[in-house]
Amino acid sequence: MLTRRALLTHGGACALAAIAGPPPCLVRAAGAAEARGKVLVAIFQRGAVDGLSMVVPHGDPAYYAARSSIALGRPRRGDAATALDLDGFFALHPALAPLIPLWEARTLAVVPACGSPDVTRSHFDAQDYMESGTPGVKSTPDGWLGRAAGALPADGATPFRSVALGARLPRVLRGDAGALALTSLERFEVRAASQPAVSQRGFESLYREGVRDLLHGTGRETFEAVKMLKSAGAARLTPANGADYPRGRFGESLRQIAQLVRADVGLRIAFADVDGWDTHVGQGADQGQLANRLRDFGAALAAFARDLGDRLADVVVLTMSEFGRTVAENGNRGTDHGHATAMLVLGGGVRGGRIYGRWPGLAPEQRFEARDLAVTTDFRTLFHDITTHHLTIPPTTPLFPGWTPPPTSLGLLA
Amino acid sequence: MSRPAARLLLALLPLALLGCAGATANVPVAAARVVPDPAASDATILHVLQRLTYGPRPGDVARVKTIGLAAWLERQLDPARLDDAAVEGALGALPTLTMSIADLQRDYPRPDPELQRKLASGDMSPREMREQYPPERRPARIVAELQAARMLRAVASERQLQEVMVDFWFNHFNVFAAKGEVRWYLTAYERDVIRPHALGRFPDLLRATARHPAMLFYLDNWLSTRPGFTPRGGPNAGRPAGLNENYARELMELHTLGVDGGYTQADVTEVARAFTGWTIDRPRQDARFVFRPATHDLGDKRVLGRSIRAGGERDGDEVLDLLAAHPATARFIAGKLVRRFVADEPPPALVERVAAAYRDTGGDVRAMLRVVFASPEFRAPAAAGVKIKKPSEFVASAVRAVGATTDARGALALARAAAEIGEGFYEAPPPTGYPDRAESWVNPGTLLARMNFALSLAEGRVPGVRADLSGLVSGADRGQPEVVLQRLLAALLHGRSSAETRAVLTAQLGLPEITRLTADDRGPANTDVAKLAALVLGSPEFQRR
Repeated sequence: MLTRRALLTHGGACALAAIAGPPPCLVRAAGAAEARGKVLVAIFQRGAVDGLSMVVPHGDPAYYAARSSIALGRPRRGDAATALDLDGFFALHPALAPLIPLWEARTLAVVPACGSPDVTRSHFDAQDYMESGTPGVKSTPDGWLGRAAGALPADGATPFRSVALGARLPRVLRGDAGALALTSLERFEVRAASQPAVSQRGFESLYREGVRDLLHGTGRETFEAVKMLKSAGAARLTPANGADYPRGRFGESLRQIAQLVRADVGLRIAFADVDGWDTHVGQGADQGQLANRLRDFGAALAAFARDLGDRLADVVVLTMSEFGRTVAENGNRGTDHGHATAMLVLGGGVRGGRIYGRWPGLAPEQRFEARDLAVTTDFRTLFHDITTHHLTIPPTTPLFPGWTPPPTSLGLLA
Repeated sequence: MSRPAARLLLALLPLALLGCAGATANVPVAAARVVPDPAASDATILHVLQRLTYGPRPGDVARVKTIGLAAWLERQLDPARLDDAAVEGALGALPTLTMSIADLQRDYPRPDPELQRKLASGDMSPREMREQYPPERRPARIVAELQAARMLRAVASERQLQEVMVDFWFNHFNVFAAKGEVRWYLTAYERDVIRPHALGRFPDLLRATARHPAMLFYLDNWLSTRPGFTPRGGPNAGRPAGLNENYARELMELHTLGVDGGYTQADVTEVARAFTGWTIDRPRQDARFVFRPATHDLGDKRVLGRSIRAGGERDGDEVLDLLAAHPATARFIAGKLVRRFVADEPPPALVERVAAAYRDTGGDVRAMLRVVFASPEFRAPAAAGVKIKKPSEFVASAVRAVGATTDARGALALARAAAEIGEGFYEAPPPTGYPDRAESWVNPGTLLARMNFALSLAEGRVPGVRADLSGLVSGADRGQPEVVLQRLLAALLHGRSSAETRAVLTAQLGLPEITRLTADDRGPANTDVAKLAALVLGSPEFQRR
């Protein structure tokens, strides 16, 4: 992690130039076509979401047999407590009602049995593999989105090319290309009792000089980003088109990602995570713990799509989770760690309104290790389709080392 | 230290310095003492203070020199003998710290559902709610007091190594404040489980966590029953319960063997069976551990190739004994300790020696620490400053470096500052706790938050924290900004500043905003010590320990 990207060299020069007045290189970056490149928003549901509740296979009789208290009722029009039908076999959890218009507008697609070829049921390992993009291999130093960022054209790259919302940079974005982690656009500035500009210039000089290590590299990025954000006025943008984000961390994350997209600061890859999915106990059905998490999740995604308006054409949102949960409910009306889970893909360029990947079935003999939903779509196949057809990264780029993409794509993107 | 022991160690030291990894493994490790170091250099003392404490306070290096580094280390390893009356006094402002779970449940109750209903329907205003259910009587207060206490001790306790180890073990056996009942159990968990064993024996600590309601609740074991069990009473009467694997899995992956420790899914299930019946009696009152035979799986179990004859409550204890004695556990714990005290990438030979100390002493934490602190890997000049301070370390070390004092209220503000930089005490949701690697903590957002904290501390804007920077530069003529800067660099960075940093800071002295000289004002300079000090605290060097 001591090597930093080429951008730093570029950024260092930019910082020098920026001391006197408006940073010319930033103005150039903001005006360049690059700033309007396609954007991938990756969302990690940490804790292993129960895909069978998020996307309910109501047409599979084994679903109801395995879940006596937590199954979602078969879709019944006008009954808000039942699942919301998608295609006669699958349905969305009723708390995801705000996503139904997106499904109907064919901007939302579903991959119901997606996951890792690795069998681990450890949250930590499975998240690590899904973020490194190398199931079963722990020594991979960087993440697949970090490698994807490195494969994007360096020309016109800005400090906001890859951004994670949160206080710590996630594994998935690590890599030589560098990435920004931040919790709040509004507070992304130097704050002092008096003359903050003096302190800002002082700190900036401290990190500009000296060895090229992790701290100095990060310091240089920091001030590039602070200045660019200010000149673009991103923090002042309020949600458009009447978008109403739910309160809470995840809604805030998506609201700020939308601000970055709309401010044209060169965002290409954004990452946000949302936790609370590890429902071992009292998972609930149409009401309860999981329903509350999904309500927040669906409302935030729907607000994001609305906020972006026409810009959704440039954006793909991909949701993922480290694994799914047991087909059968456990002794505490919850579910334990399982295997495949459902992933959602949302965006203007998505061939939505469709289910992707084969359904393996929930009958005991169809299950993985006789207990879990089997994986029929390797997560790398899905991720690779999106980096290839949305971010237009050449398909031969080794974003998933040691793995060869299948000859045909899922066809998820137009 | 006894003379023979010292002589033995001195005799062995050259071997250790030659990097002869096997040498110490043959020595009875319990007898090993920290290297006597009558003439430890200031640089060595500084390094030890950076790693074993929350950072040096003004004068600390000289104080350790007076006591002698070896003697100071022994005192830190035996914290009960260190007088900590000042901190204990300040903690008196936090009444929940000494309360029982039952008292906390009674005095800091969950919200009355009826009040919540009225508030939601508009029958009651938020103000009326606050009057009837005041914030200082809510359970959030318990967590806030704990956060304040942890920071207060980090900043002001004389038992610094103990505090570092409390942080280490809490993180190792992490529980999350916001999960259900845990907020009422946290106080007792840290006070009665983590703290007494922080420098004790790992197997004792492991056993204490396994039976505590905080862990039983956090990892759901309190709900795990034998397959087919159906409760006859209570809220779940008539509903079949069953196994819950959560604790069993994390016990092996995170508490003992490590994820590569060689266990299988079948082992997870068997361990979960062994712990059925380990539950919480009256979780919303005094919440005591209880073994309920009715929910226990009475069959034999087979764990890691060893069979466990059905023995009721003892099944779980046998699993704990098996795991605590497993060589993978020794290696896993050793690796984490070395990562904390030496480097993000633990030197394998040192990990092996620390693991040997674990095996030889049955998991004596002090014995393991002595091996770490005496090791050439720890003492090597190249090891200095390679660890990046995590947020709580950065905040506490800045407060200590400027010689600031804080009351309980200030400590809470400081804990919130650490949370803003990415590390809230008791706020890590996953059982892994917080990471202990630089790349997890260094990124633009949090670096900026560190700089902003440096500014608010130096400018005296942290409520409840008194920072008198004039003490750092006492005697220096503020009209001579170079002298002021020299004093600040010596006090805060102890000679660890790079030429570039010194040059940048010297250049600051040419700014009228720093010297407070205007173009028309040719009067004596009046250096802005706060602005300069903030730059030093926010510098790359101060982020390292």
